Amino acid sequence: MFRAALVDPQIARSSRGLWGDAARRLRRNKPALVGLFCIVLFALAAILAPIISPFDPYAMNGSSLDAPSLTHLFGTDLLGRDIFSRVLYGAQISLFVGVGAVVLALAIGGVLGAIAGGFGGRIDGVIMRATDVFLSIPSILLAIGIVTALGRGMVQLMFAIAVSYAPTFARLLRGSLLALREADYVVAARTIGASRMRVLVRHMLPNALTPLIVQATLVLATAIIDIAGLGFLGLGPADPRTPEWGTMLVDARRFMQTAPHIVVFIGGAIVISAIGFNLLGDGLRESLDPKLKR
Amino acid sequence: MGRYIVRRLIAALPVLFGLSILLFAYIRILPGDPCVAILGQHRTPAACAALREHLGLDLPLWQQYISYLLKTLSGDLGSSVVNSQPFLGEFLTRFPGTIELTIGALIFSIGVGIPLGRLAARKVGGWVDGLITGVSLFGVSIPVFVLGLALVVIFGVILGWLPTQGRIDARARFDATSGILLIDTLFAGRLDLFVDVVRHLILPSIALGSIPLAIIARITRASVIEVANEDYVRTARSKGLKEKTVDSRHIMRNAWLPVTTVVGLQVGGLLGGAVLTETVFVWNGVGRWVVDAIENHDYPIVQSTILVFALIFLVVNLIVDVGYALLNPKIRYQ
Repeated sequence: MFRAALVDPQIARSSRGLWGDAARRLRRNKPALVGLFCIVLFALAAILAPIISPFDPYAMNGSSLDAPSLTHLFGTDLLGRDIFSRVLYGAQISLFVGVGAVVLALAIGGVLGAIAGGFGGRIDGVIMRATDVFLSIPSILLAIGIVTALGRGMVQLMFAIAVSYAPTFARLLRGSLLALREADYVVAARTIGASRMRVLVRHMLPNALTPLIVQATLVLATAIIDIAGLGFLGLGPADPRTPEWGTMLVDARRFMQTAPHIVVFIGGAIVISAIGFNLLGDGLRESLDPKLKR
Repeated sequence: MGRYIVRRLIAALPVLFGLSILLFAYIRILPGDPCVAILGQHRTPAACAALREHLGLDLPLWQQYISYLLKTLSGDLGSSVVNSQPFLGEFLTRFPGTIELTIGALIFSIGVGIPLGRLAARKVGGWVDGLITGVSLFGVSIPVFVLGLALVVIFGVILGWLPTQGRIDARARFDATSGILLIDTLFAGRLDLFVDVVRHLILPSIALGSIPLAIIARITRASVIEVANEDYVRTARSKGLKEKTVDSRHIMRNAWLPVTTVVGLQVGGLLGGAVLTETVFVWNGVGRWVVDAIENHDYPIVQSTILVFALIFLVVNLIVDVGYALLNPKIRYQ
């Protein structure tokens, strides 16, 4: 504040900082706004599920396999449960597990990447070989392995997905840190005697975060898809009645011939949330990296 | 070149070592008594004793690991706890199905993705570009199994154009030597069956190929745009070369290098996606076998499938990198 007052007010007003600048550019990016709209829709469905759901997602509220109607917007499933309410509660699970998994992956990957890229040397080699090991296993298979080893459940699901994405985050952060090592301001900080830790935390990390944020947004899309995938394979939440989207699709699939709308509604919910995070991720990439400006 | 390959092989050793530790640990972190966790309802005192013997559970951990490593290296990948069939034999009878599916998906994603990417790059910001960006966005946002189910409903149930289950008409009788039905039907001289196999392959290939398609189209677009702005492309144009020649000799020759790397990286995702695709299309391959193994708590099968899929991924990417180095001398001398 004090410093801003010293400079010419004209200049002070035009400087918005990285985030202000990015937000301004994001507002002009139509696809990103569409993405944001999808995400808001998804988040509202998740948060407001207990309020706006017309029915209890676990209870029988109609006859079996009712077609969509004004009472049951998306129809009912085999057990007469309201699919609309179940899709709303499903958003809650996807949002909770998906965000949890990505935050956990960022934490694990971030720490490993910061150590590897910040300190280099032997520890860097060890961490990078470890990420190679995890990246050589197809991510869904790795998640399958972890869930089978730990047992079914939401926390296990979260952990499994976090472990499959943490290596990507670690490599990404390490890469950006390596690129920053020779940046003038880093060299300058080192020259005036800042400790290794201070240079890493104060000067390098803040400047290496943007690719990580972009990637985290994109990974949220894949995480939601993976959660549903594991559910579809029967590795979802421990209670099979849980309204998890992938688990619901297993049932929906059995009535595909007679009631194809069920697959469409559940699949549509997954696709809309994934498209939201993909669009926002792409938009963030464009607006956080001024070099990409068209 | 030989030295490059040797160097790459040596670099793969630590990864293989890490992989072996991870998979060794997998069977041992299974919750509870390994005998209960692995054998479950198939548990008999005799089977338990055999399992303990097989895993060497009474030995110290490091001895167990060494023995796991030696067994794996000698090609003994364990056996099913459900029917005691050795892993490898069963795997080899099912793997051709997965290869066929993966190849179908690769052909679809490369065959459609590269032309789409080139088309989009030709007029950046045009409506074709917008449409293709939209298609590739949809491709990465729709789960394999949702797209698969949608294809089944549209082309199988509503339109009735294509078969949606299995690899071939169940009544077909012929000599399946290789297990890859596309080849076997041709060798048997049964063109009718070959067509049937192709028809069965179409929907699963589209479902599995959608993500790679989107990624390949994006990379091709970006790569072509980048190369098209190079000085040597402008020079080629200004010396009066035909647009077609510039495109094939100057742009594509350079632009498809990054594309090859990306295609190699898709193999892991394809093998993983095959697990879901095979479930949707009742496709007889390794993927469905793994899903059955999960349901039956047949963990040694899950363990060894992860191992083999990881090995395939590493080998394919080694081949891609070597091919890349052959094509691009800059890499070789780094």
